[in-house]
Amino acid sequence: MTALPLPLVEQFQYGLDAPICLTWELTYACNLSCVHCLSSSGRRDPRELTTDECKAVIDELERMQVFYVNIGGGEPTVRPDFWELVDYATAHRVGVKFSTNGVKITPEVARRLAASDYVDVQISLDGATAAVNDAVRGRGSYDTALRAMQHLSDAGFRGFKISVVMTRENVEQLDEFKAIADRYDAQLRITRLRPSGRGADVWDDLHVTAEQQRRLYDWLVAHGENVLTGDSFFHLAGYGDALPGLNLCGAGRVVCLIDPVGDVYACPFAIHENFLAGNVRAPGGFETVWRESALFATLRAPQSGGACASCSAYDACRGGCMAAKFFTGLPLDGPDPECVKGHGAAALAHADRASAPRPALDHSHRLLPLAARKPPAKACDENPLAGVGFPR
Amino acid sequence: MSTDLQARPQFDLDTAWALSPQVSIRPERFGALLYHFGTRRLSFLKSPTLLAVVTGLAAHETARDACLGAGVQAAELPRYRAALATLAGSQMIGERS
Repeated sequence: MTALPLPLVEQFQYGLDAPICLTWELTYACNLSCVHCLSSSGRRDPRELTTDECKAVIDELERMQVFYVNIGGGEPTVRPDFWELVDYATAHRVGVKFSTNGVKITPEVARRLAASDYVDVQISLDGATAAVNDAVRGRGSYDTALRAMQHLSDAGFRGFKISVVMTRENVEQLDEFKAIADRYDAQLRITRLRPSGRGADVWDDLHVTAEQQRRLYDWLVAHGENVLTGDSFFHLAGYGDALPGLNLCGAGRVVCLIDPVGDVYACPFAIHENFLAGNVRAPGGFETVWRESALFATLRAPQSGGACASCSAYDACRGGCMAAKFFTGLPLDGPDPECVKGHGAAALAHADRASAPRPALDHSHRLLPLAARKPPAKACDENPLAGVGFPR
Repeated sequence: MSTDLQARPQFDLDTAWALSPQVSIRPERFGALLYHFGTRRLSFLKSPTLLAVVTGLAAHETARDACLGAGVQAAELPRYRAALATLAGSQMIGERS
Protein backbone atom coordinates (compact mmCIF):
# COMPACT_ATOMS: atom_id res chain seq x y z
CA MET A 1 0.00 0.00 0.00
CA THR A 2 2.29 2.71 1.20
CA ALA A 3 6.01 2.51 0.70
CA LEU A 4 6.66 1.82 4.36
CA PRO A 5 7.31 -1.89 4.75
CA LEU A 6 5.81 -3.03 8.05
CA PRO A 7 4.27 -6.47 8.52
CA LEU A 8 0.62 -5.43 8.56
CA VAL A 9 -0.64 -8.99 8.52
CA GLU A 10 1.12 -9.51 11.85
CA GLN A 11 -0.75 -6.53 13.28
CA PHE A 12 -4.07 -7.94 12.14
CA GLN A 13 -3.30 -11.40 13.50
CA TYR A 14 -3.37 -9.97 17.00
CA GLY A 15 -6.65 -8.16 16.47
CA LEU A 16 -7.82 -4.55 16.30
CA ASP A 17 -9.78 -2.49 18.85
CA ALA A 18 -12.71 -2.53 16.45
CA PRO A 19 -13.48 -4.68 13.42
CA ILE A 20 -12.61 -3.27 9.99
CA CYS A 21 -16.02 -4.38 8.86
CA LEU A 22 -18.47 -6.93 10.09
CA THR A 23 -21.23 -9.09 8.78
CA TRP A 24 -24.65 -8.46 10.24
CA GLU A 25 -27.44 -10.85 9.43
CA LEU A 26 -30.64 -8.94 10.10
CA THR A 27 -33.10 -11.79 9.82
CA TYR A 28 -33.30 -15.53 9.35
CA ALA A 29 -36.36 -14.99 7.16
CA CYS A 30 -35.88 -15.68 3.46
CA ASN A 31 -38.09 -16.22 0.47
CA LEU A 32 -35.59 -18.73 -0.89
CA SER A 33 -34.12 -22.00 0.41
CA CYS A 34 -30.66 -22.12 -1.16
CA VAL A 35 -29.15 -25.55 -0.64
CA HIS A 36 -25.86 -24.09 0.64
CA CYS A 37 -27.24 -21.34 2.90
CA LEU A 38 -24.53 -20.76 5.49
CA SER A 39 -27.04 -19.58 8.11
CA SER A 40 -29.71 -22.25 7.42
CA SER A 41 -32.19 -19.44 6.87
CA GLY A 42 -35.85 -19.57 5.99
CA ARG A 43 -38.07 -18.66 8.93
CA ARG A 44 -37.84 -15.50 11.00
CA ASP A 45 -36.72 -16.01 14.59
CA PRO A 46 -39.14 -14.45 17.10
CA ARG A 47 -36.17 -13.22 19.16
CA GLU A 48 -34.69 -11.11 16.35
CA LEU A 49 -33.40 -7.65 17.31
CA THR A 50 -36.02 -4.91 17.26
CA THR A 51 -35.64 -1.73 15.25
CA ASP A 52 -34.48 0.17 18.33
CA GLU A 53 -31.99 -2.55 19.27
CA CYS A 54 -30.58 -2.46 15.74
CA LYS A 55 -30.21 1.31 15.95
CA ALA A 56 -28.37 0.95 19.25
CA VAL A 57 -25.92 -1.43 17.54
CA ILE A 58 -25.42 1.11 14.75
CA ASP A 59 -24.71 3.79 17.37
CA GLU A 60 -21.99 1.55 18.79
CA LEU A 61 -20.51 0.88 15.36
CA GLU A 62 -20.36 4.62 14.74
CA ARG A 63 -18.56 5.17 18.06
CA MET A 64 -16.11 2.37 17.25
CA GLN A 65 -15.59 3.80 13.75
CA VAL A 66 -16.52 0.63 11.97
CA PHE A 67 -16.49 1.88 8.38
CA TYR A 68 -19.17 -0.36 6.97
CA VAL A 69 -21.32 -3.39 7.65
CA ASN A 70 -22.07 -6.23 5.30
CA ILE A 71 -25.75 -6.78 5.87
CA GLY A 72 -27.19 -10.14 4.96
CA GLY A 73 -29.55 -12.75 6.26
CA GLY A 74 -31.72 -14.51 5.39
CA GLU A 75 -33.02 -11.98 2.93
CA PRO A 76 -32.51 -8.68 4.76
CA THR A 77 -34.84 -6.66 2.55
CA VAL A 78 -37.89 -8.60 3.78
CA ARG A 79 -37.54 -6.93 7.19
CA PRO A 80 -40.19 -4.18 7.23
CA ASP A 81 -37.69 -1.76 8.83
CA PHE A 82 -34.85 -2.59 6.42
CA TRP A 83 -34.73 0.76 4.59
CA GLU A 84 -35.18 2.64 7.86
CA LEU A 85 -32.09 0.87 9.24
CA VAL A 86 -30.08 1.51 6.08
CA ASP A 87 -30.93 5.20 6.28
CA TYR A 88 -30.08 5.28 9.97
CA ALA A 89 -26.69 3.65 9.38
CA THR A 90 -25.68 5.93 6.53
CA ALA A 91 -26.85 9.02 8.45
CA HIS A 92 -24.44 7.89 11.16
CA ARG A 93 -21.58 7.43 8.70
CA VAL A 94 -21.66 3.65 8.88
CA GLY A 95 -21.56 2.45 5.29
CA VAL A 96 -23.83 -0.39 4.23
CA LYS A 97 -23.21 -3.15 1.77
CA PHE A 98 -26.13 -5.49 1.68
CA SER A 99 -26.56 -8.87 0.07
CA THR A 100 -29.84 -9.70 -1.56
CA ASN A 101 -31.35 -12.19 -3.93
CA GLY A 102 -32.93 -9.17 -5.63
CA VAL A 103 -36.55 -9.84 -4.72
CA LYS A 104 -37.21 -6.27 -3.48
CA ILE A 105 -35.04 -4.36 -5.96
CA THR A 106 -37.77 -2.57 -7.90
CA PRO A 107 -36.95 0.22 -10.37
CA GLU A 108 -37.89 2.74 -7.66
CA VAL A 109 -35.64 1.13 -5.03
CA ALA A 110 -32.82 0.92 -7.57
CA ARG A 111 -33.06 4.67 -8.24
CA ARG A 112 -32.90 5.38 -4.52
CA LEU A 113 -29.88 3.14 -4.07
CA ALA A 114 -28.08 4.71 -7.02
CA ALA A 115 -28.38 8.11 -5.33
CA SER A 116 -26.42 7.12 -2.20
CA ASP A 117 -22.63 6.96 -1.88
CA TYR A 118 -22.90 5.07 1.36
CA VAL A 119 -24.87 2.07 0.15
CA ASP A 120 -23.51 -0.77 -1.92
CA VAL A 121 -25.53 -3.69 -3.20
CA GLN A 122 -24.52 -7.26 -3.74
CA ILE A 123 -26.76 -9.51 -5.80
CA SER A 124 -26.33 -13.22 -5.19
CA LEU A 125 -26.08 -15.42 -8.25
CA ASP A 126 -24.76 -18.98 -8.21
CA GLY A 127 -24.98 -19.86 -11.87
CA ALA A 128 -24.33 -17.94 -15.09
CA THR A 129 -27.30 -19.82 -16.52
CA ALA A 130 -30.73 -20.35 -14.99
CA ALA A 131 -30.23 -24.12 -14.95
CA VAL A 132 -27.05 -23.99 -12.87
CA ASN A 133 -28.26 -21.15 -10.62
CA ASP A 134 -31.76 -22.43 -9.93
CA ALA A 135 -30.51 -25.90 -9.01
CA VAL A 136 -28.85 -24.28 -5.99
CA ARG A 137 -31.00 -21.21 -5.27
CA GLY A 138 -34.45 -22.35 -6.39
CA ARG A 139 -36.75 -22.01 -9.36
CA GLY A 140 -37.09 -18.47 -10.71
CA SER A 141 -34.20 -17.07 -8.64
CA TYR A 142 -32.00 -16.49 -11.70
CA ASP A 143 -34.66 -14.34 -13.34
CA THR A 144 -35.19 -12.44 -10.08
CA ALA A 145 -31.47 -11.70 -9.77
CA LEU A 146 -31.06 -10.57 -13.38
CA ARG A 147 -34.15 -8.39 -13.19
CA ALA A 148 -32.66 -6.68 -10.11
CA MET A 149 -29.36 -6.15 -11.98
CA GLN A 150 -31.23 -4.62 -14.90
CA HIS A 151 -33.05 -2.24 -12.57
CA LEU A 152 -29.81 -1.17 -10.87
CA SER A 153 -28.13 -0.70 -14.22
CA ASP A 154 -31.08 1.29 -15.61
CA ALA A 155 -30.96 3.51 -12.51
CA GLY A 156 -27.30 4.29 -13.21
CA PHE A 157 -25.90 2.33 -10.26
CA ARG A 158 -22.33 1.61 -11.35
CA GLY A 159 -20.14 -0.99 -9.72
CA PHE A 160 -22.68 -2.94 -7.71
CA LYS A 161 -21.46 -6.42 -6.85
CA ILE A 162 -22.52 -9.77 -8.26
CA SER A 163 -21.67 -12.35 -5.64
CA VAL A 164 -21.08 -15.96 -6.62
CA VAL A 165 -20.38 -18.90 -4.35
CA MET A 166 -18.02 -21.15 -6.29
CA THR A 167 -19.24 -24.68 -6.80
CA ARG A 168 -18.24 -27.68 -8.84
CA GLU A 169 -21.12 -26.82 -11.20
CA ASN A 170 -20.44 -23.13 -11.78
CA VAL A 171 -16.65 -22.86 -11.61
CA GLU A 172 -16.45 -23.55 -15.35
CA GLN A 173 -18.66 -20.48 -15.93
CA LEU A 174 -16.20 -17.92 -14.56
CA ASP A 175 -15.83 -16.13 -17.89
CA GLU A 176 -19.61 -16.05 -18.31
CA PHE A 177 -20.04 -14.56 -14.83
CA LYS A 178 -17.48 -11.91 -15.71
CA ALA A 179 -19.38 -11.17 -18.91
CA ILE A 180 -22.63 -10.72 -16.95
CA ALA A 181 -20.87 -8.33 -14.56
CA ASP A 182 -19.42 -6.37 -17.47
CA ARG A 183 -22.81 -6.22 -19.17
CA TYR A 184 -24.34 -4.46 -16.13
CA ASP A 185 -21.24 -2.39 -15.32
CA ALA A 186 -21.03 -4.37 -12.09
CA GLN A 187 -18.13 -5.97 -10.29
CA LEU A 188 -17.80 -9.72 -9.93
CA ARG A 189 -17.19 -11.13 -6.46
CA ILE A 190 -16.60 -14.82 -5.98
CA THR A 191 -16.39 -16.60 -2.66
CA ARG A 192 -15.66 -20.01 -1.35
CA LEU A 193 -18.33 -22.63 -0.61
CA ARG A 194 -18.17 -23.42 3.09
CA PRO A 195 -19.61 -26.49 4.81
CA SER A 196 -21.56 -24.14 7.09
CA GLY A 197 -25.32 -24.15 7.72
CA ARG A 198 -27.11 -26.18 5.07
CA GLY A 199 -23.83 -26.05 3.16
CA ALA A 200 -22.69 -28.91 5.38
CA ASP A 201 -25.23 -31.16 3.64
CA VAL A 202 -24.08 -30.40 0.10
CA TRP A 203 -20.39 -29.62 0.55
CA ASP A 204 -19.14 -33.06 -0.45
CA ASP A 205 -21.05 -32.88 -3.73
CA LEU A 206 -20.58 -29.20 -4.54
CA HIS A 207 -17.14 -28.09 -3.38
CA VAL A 208 -14.69 -27.57 -6.23
CA THR A 209 -12.40 -30.42 -7.18
CA ALA A 210 -8.63 -30.14 -6.76
CA GLU A 211 -8.19 -29.60 -10.53
CA GLN A 212 -10.91 -26.93 -10.60
CA GLN A 213 -9.36 -25.22 -7.61
CA ARG A 214 -6.05 -24.86 -9.45
CA ARG A 215 -7.77 -23.37 -12.49
CA LEU A 216 -9.76 -21.05 -10.23
CA TYR A 217 -6.52 -19.80 -8.67
CA ASP A 218 -4.94 -19.17 -12.07
CA TRP A 219 -8.09 -17.35 -13.19
CA LEU A 220 -8.04 -15.16 -10.08
CA VAL A 221 -4.35 -14.34 -10.51
CA ALA A 222 -5.01 -13.38 -14.14
CA HIS A 223 -7.88 -11.05 -13.16
CA GLY A 224 -6.14 -9.46 -10.18
CA GLU A 225 -8.03 -6.74 -8.38
CA ASN A 226 -10.81 -6.60 -10.96
CA VAL A 227 -12.51 -9.53 -9.28
CA LEU A 228 -13.32 -9.39 -5.57
CA THR A 229 -13.06 -12.43 -3.31
CA GLY A 230 -13.78 -11.18 0.21
CA ASP A 231 -10.38 -12.70 1.02
CA SER A 232 -12.13 -16.04 1.00
CA PHE A 233 -9.52 -17.92 -1.03
CA PHE A 234 -6.50 -17.20 1.13
CA HIS A 235 -5.93 -20.95 1.48
CA LEU A 236 -4.99 -20.92 -2.24
CA ALA A 237 -1.94 -18.78 -1.43
CA GLY A 238 -0.25 -22.14 -0.86
CA TYR A 239 0.05 -22.40 -4.67
CA GLY A 240 2.56 -19.56 -4.70
CA ASP A 241 1.63 -15.93 -5.12
CA ALA A 242 -0.89 -14.52 -2.67
CA LEU A 243 -4.13 -13.22 -4.14
CA PRO A 244 -5.03 -9.53 -3.70
CA GLY A 245 -6.36 -8.79 -0.22
CA LEU A 246 -5.34 -9.42 3.34
CA ASN A 247 -4.74 -13.17 2.97
CA LEU A 248 -5.47 -14.12 6.52
CA CYS A 249 -8.33 -15.52 8.53
CA GLY A 250 -9.84 -12.41 10.09
CA ALA A 251 -12.22 -14.28 12.41
CA GLY A 252 -12.50 -12.43 15.71
CA ARG A 253 -9.43 -10.37 14.73
CA VAL A 254 -10.64 -7.93 12.10
CA VAL A 255 -14.13 -9.30 11.29
CA CYS A 256 -17.03 -11.02 13.03
CA LEU A 257 -20.72 -11.81 12.66
CA ILE A 258 -23.74 -10.40 14.47
CA ASP A 259 -26.65 -12.77 13.89
CA PRO A 260 -30.35 -11.80 13.82
CA VAL A 261 -30.85 -12.46 17.56
CA GLY A 262 -27.75 -10.41 18.47
CA ASP A 263 -25.35 -13.28 19.02
CA VAL A 264 -21.78 -12.42 18.05
CA TYR A 265 -19.79 -15.15 16.31
CA ALA A 266 -16.16 -15.11 15.20
CA CYS A 267 -17.16 -15.21 11.55
CA PRO A 268 -20.22 -15.64 9.32
CA PHE A 269 -19.25 -19.22 8.54
CA ALA A 270 -19.03 -20.37 12.13
CA ILE A 271 -22.54 -20.27 13.59
CA HIS A 272 -21.85 -22.76 16.37
CA GLU A 273 -21.57 -22.39 20.14
CA ASN A 274 -17.82 -23.04 19.96
CA PHE A 275 -17.44 -19.74 18.08
CA LEU A 276 -20.03 -17.74 20.02
CA ALA A 277 -18.39 -14.75 21.72
CA GLY A 278 -21.43 -13.11 23.36
CA ASN A 279 -24.60 -11.15 22.62
CA VAL A 280 -25.10 -7.47 21.85
CA ARG A 281 -28.05 -7.38 24.29
CA ALA A 282 -25.74 -8.08 27.25
CA PRO A 283 -24.48 -5.14 29.36
CA GLY A 284 -21.67 -3.38 27.52
CA GLY A 285 -23.15 -4.29 24.15
CA PHE A 286 -21.16 -5.20 21.07
CA GLU A 287 -18.08 -3.23 22.07
CA THR A 288 -17.59 -5.28 25.23
CA VAL A 289 -18.02 -8.53 23.33
CA TRP A 290 -15.48 -7.45 20.72
CA ARG A 291 -12.90 -6.23 23.24
CA GLU A 292 -13.35 -8.64 26.13
CA SER A 293 -14.64 -11.98 24.90
CA ALA A 294 -12.44 -14.89 25.98
CA LEU A 295 -12.99 -16.59 22.62
CA PHE A 296 -11.71 -13.58 20.67
CA ALA A 297 -8.72 -13.30 23.02
CA THR A 298 -7.86 -16.90 22.14
CA LEU A 299 -8.20 -16.26 18.42
CA ARG A 300 -5.93 -13.21 18.70
CA ALA A 301 -3.22 -15.14 20.52
CA PRO A 302 -0.30 -16.47 18.46
CA GLN A 303 -1.33 -19.71 16.74
CA SER A 304 0.85 -22.76 16.48
CA GLY A 305 0.79 -24.32 13.04
CA GLY A 306 -0.08 -27.70 14.56
CA ALA A 307 0.14 -30.46 11.98
CA CYS A 308 0.79 -27.81 9.31
CA ALA A 309 3.79 -26.17 11.02
CA SER A 310 6.38 -28.13 9.02
CA CYS A 311 4.69 -27.48 5.65
CA SER A 312 6.48 -25.16 3.23
CA ALA A 313 3.18 -23.40 2.43
CA TYR A 314 2.18 -22.66 6.03
CA ASP A 315 3.40 -19.07 6.00
CA ALA A 316 1.21 -18.44 2.96
CA CYS A 317 -2.03 -20.22 3.85
CA ARG A 318 -1.80 -20.24 7.67
CA GLY A 319 -3.65 -23.54 7.78
CA GLY A 320 -6.68 -22.24 5.90
CA CYS A 321 -10.26 -21.74 7.05
CA MET A 322 -11.26 -22.58 10.61
CA ALA A 323 -14.94 -23.07 9.76
CA ALA A 324 -14.18 -25.35 6.82
CA LYS A 325 -12.14 -27.58 9.08
CA PHE A 326 -14.61 -27.52 11.94
CA PHE A 327 -17.72 -28.52 9.99
CA THR A 328 -15.94 -31.25 8.04
CA GLY A 329 -14.76 -32.85 11.29
CA LEU A 330 -11.09 -31.92 10.90
CA PRO A 331 -8.94 -30.67 13.79
CA LEU A 332 -8.51 -26.88 13.85
CA ASP A 333 -4.73 -27.12 14.02
CA GLY A 334 -4.47 -29.32 10.93
CA PRO A 335 -4.88 -28.77 7.19
CA ASP A 336 -7.84 -27.13 5.49
CA PRO A 337 -10.11 -29.70 3.78
CA GLU A 338 -9.21 -28.06 0.47
CA CYS A 339 -5.48 -27.76 1.23
CA VAL A 340 -3.68 -27.17 -2.06
CA LYS A 341 -1.00 -29.69 -1.10
CA GLY A 342 -3.64 -32.41 -0.82
CA HIS A 343 -3.19 -32.85 2.92
CA GLY A 344 -6.86 -32.00 3.51
CA ALA A 345 -8.15 -34.70 1.20
CA ALA A 346 -5.97 -37.22 2.98
CA ALA A 347 -7.17 -36.02 6.39
CA LEU A 348 -10.83 -36.17 5.27
CA ALA A 349 -10.37 -39.78 4.22
CA HIS A 350 -9.49 -40.66 7.80
CA ALA A 351 -11.80 -38.23 9.60
CA ASP A 352 -14.91 -39.33 11.42
CA ARG A 353 -17.20 -37.33 9.16
CA ALA A 354 -20.41 -38.65 10.74
CA SER A 355 -19.59 -37.06 14.08
CA ALA A 356 -18.48 -33.71 12.63
CA PRO A 357 -20.12 -30.82 14.57
CA ARG A 358 -23.50 -29.74 13.22
CA PRO A 359 -24.52 -26.11 12.76
CA ALA A 360 -26.17 -24.88 15.95
CA LEU A 361 -29.33 -23.34 14.53
CA ASP A 362 -31.73 -24.28 11.80
CA HIS A 363 -34.34 -21.81 10.57
CA SER A 364 -34.98 -23.70 7.35
CA HIS A 365 -38.50 -23.62 5.96
CA ARG A 366 -40.36 -26.67 7.18
CA LEU A 367 -41.94 -26.84 3.76
CA LEU A 368 -39.86 -25.71 0.82
CA PRO A 369 -40.99 -22.32 -0.47
CA LEU A 370 -42.70 -22.41 -3.86
CA ALA A 371 -39.57 -21.29 -5.67
CA ALA A 372 -37.60 -24.28 -4.42
CA ARG A 373 -40.19 -26.93 -5.21
CA LYS A 374 -39.75 -29.11 -8.19
CA PRO A 375 -42.61 -29.06 -10.68
CA PRO A 376 -44.97 -31.97 -10.09
CA ALA A 377 -44.23 -35.03 -12.17
CA LYS A 378 -47.93 -35.56 -12.76
CA ALA A 379 -50.84 -33.16 -12.48
CA CYS A 380 -52.42 -35.24 -9.73
CA ASP A 381 -49.29 -34.79 -7.57
CA GLU A 382 -50.57 -31.29 -6.83
CA ASN A 383 -53.22 -32.91 -4.68
CA PRO A 384 -52.44 -31.68 -1.17
CA LEU A 385 -52.49 -35.25 0.05
CA ALA A 386 -50.20 -36.59 -2.68
CA GLY A 387 -47.13 -38.18 -1.22
CA VAL A 388 -48.58 -38.38 2.27
CA GLY A 389 -48.32 -41.92 3.51
CA PHE A 390 -51.49 -42.93 5.31
CA PRO A 391 -51.38 -45.88 7.66
CA ARG A 392 -53.34 -48.74 6.24
CA MET B 1 -4.45 -1.83 -2.55
CA SER B 2 -2.05 -1.92 -5.45
CA THR B 3 1.63 -1.27 -4.95
CA ASP B 4 2.35 -1.22 -8.64
CA LEU B 5 5.21 1.24 -8.94
CA GLN B 6 4.70 1.86 -12.63
CA ALA B 7 1.10 2.85 -12.02
CA ARG B 8 2.05 5.53 -9.51
CA PRO B 9 1.44 9.04 -10.74
CA GLN B 10 3.99 11.74 -10.16
CA PHE B 11 3.35 13.49 -6.90
CA ASP B 12 4.15 17.14 -6.40
CA LEU B 13 5.35 17.76 -2.86
CA ASP B 14 5.21 21.51 -3.43
CA THR B 15 1.48 21.88 -3.99
CA ALA B 16 -1.40 21.90 -1.51
CA TRP B 17 -3.20 18.65 -0.70
CA ALA B 18 -5.99 17.44 1.59
CA LEU B 19 -7.73 14.30 2.66
CA SER B 20 -10.78 13.56 0.51
CA PRO B 21 -14.02 14.57 2.26
CA GLN B 22 -15.34 11.07 1.48
CA VAL B 23 -12.57 9.40 3.48
CA SER B 24 -12.86 8.28 7.07
CA ILE B 25 -9.71 7.77 9.15
CA ARG B 26 -9.41 5.43 12.11
CA PRO B 27 -6.18 5.64 14.12
CA GLU B 28 -4.61 2.27 14.99
CA ARG B 29 -1.52 1.08 16.87
CA PHE B 30 0.36 0.69 13.59
CA GLY B 31 -0.83 3.95 12.05
CA ALA B 32 -4.35 4.14 10.70
CA LEU B 33 -7.04 2.58 8.56
CA LEU B 34 -8.57 4.67 5.78
CA TYR B 35 -11.87 4.00 4.10
CA HIS B 36 -13.17 5.84 1.05
CA PHE B 37 -16.97 5.81 0.96
CA GLY B 38 -17.08 6.66 -2.74
CA THR B 39 -14.68 4.06 -4.12
CA ARG B 40 -15.44 1.70 -1.19
CA ARG B 41 -11.79 0.92 -0.85
CA LEU B 42 -9.79 0.33 2.28
CA SER B 43 -6.25 1.55 2.72
CA PHE B 44 -3.62 1.56 5.43
CA LEU B 45 -1.25 4.11 6.84
CA LYS B 46 1.59 2.03 8.13
CA SER B 47 3.07 4.44 10.64
CA PRO B 48 1.88 7.10 13.09
CA THR B 49 4.14 9.60 11.32
CA LEU B 50 2.42 9.01 8.00
CA LEU B 51 -0.91 9.47 9.79
CA ALA B 52 0.35 12.82 11.11
CA VAL B 53 1.42 13.80 7.59
CA VAL B 54 -1.95 12.92 6.07
CA THR B 55 -4.03 14.62 8.77
CA GLY B 56 -1.74 17.66 8.55
CA LEU B 57 -2.08 18.11 4.77
CA ALA B 58 -5.06 20.46 4.96
CA ALA B 59 -3.32 22.77 7.45
CA HIS B 60 -0.13 23.23 5.39
CA GLU B 61 0.58 25.17 2.21
CA THR B 62 2.40 22.23 0.67
CA ALA B 63 2.70 18.49 1.20
CA ARG B 64 6.40 19.07 1.91
CA ASP B 65 5.49 21.36 4.82
CA ALA B 66 3.04 18.76 6.12
CA CYS B 67 5.83 16.16 6.09
CA LEU B 68 8.32 18.41 7.83
CA GLY B 69 5.64 19.48 10.30
CA ALA B 70 5.08 15.83 11.21
CA GLY B 71 8.80 15.38 11.89
CA VAL B 72 9.84 13.70 8.64
CA GLN B 73 13.57 14.14 7.97
CA ALA B 74 14.68 15.45 4.58
CA ALA B 75 16.31 12.14 3.74
CA GLU B 76 13.01 10.35 4.32
CA LEU B 77 11.03 12.62 1.98
CA PRO B 78 11.21 10.33 -1.10
CA ARG B 79 9.63 7.50 0.90
CA TYR B 80 6.79 9.72 2.10
CA ARG B 81 6.37 11.18 -1.35
CA ALA B 82 5.87 7.66 -2.70
CA ALA B 83 3.34 6.87 0.03
CA LEU B 84 1.42 10.07 -0.73
CA ALA B 85 1.51 9.29 -4.45
CA THR B 86 -0.17 5.95 -3.75
CA LEU B 87 -2.83 7.66 -1.65
CA ALA B 88 -3.41 10.21 -4.41
CA GLY B 89 -3.68 7.38 -6.95
CA SER B 90 -6.47 5.78 -4.95
CA GLN B 91 -8.24 9.16 -4.45
CA MET B 92 -7.73 9.07 -0.68
CA ILE B 93 -6.12 12.51 -0.89
CA GLY B 94 -6.61 15.18 -3.51
CA GLU B 95 -5.02 18.44 -4.61
CA ARG B 96 -6.42 21.62 -3.11
CA SER B 97 -6.89 24.53 -5.46
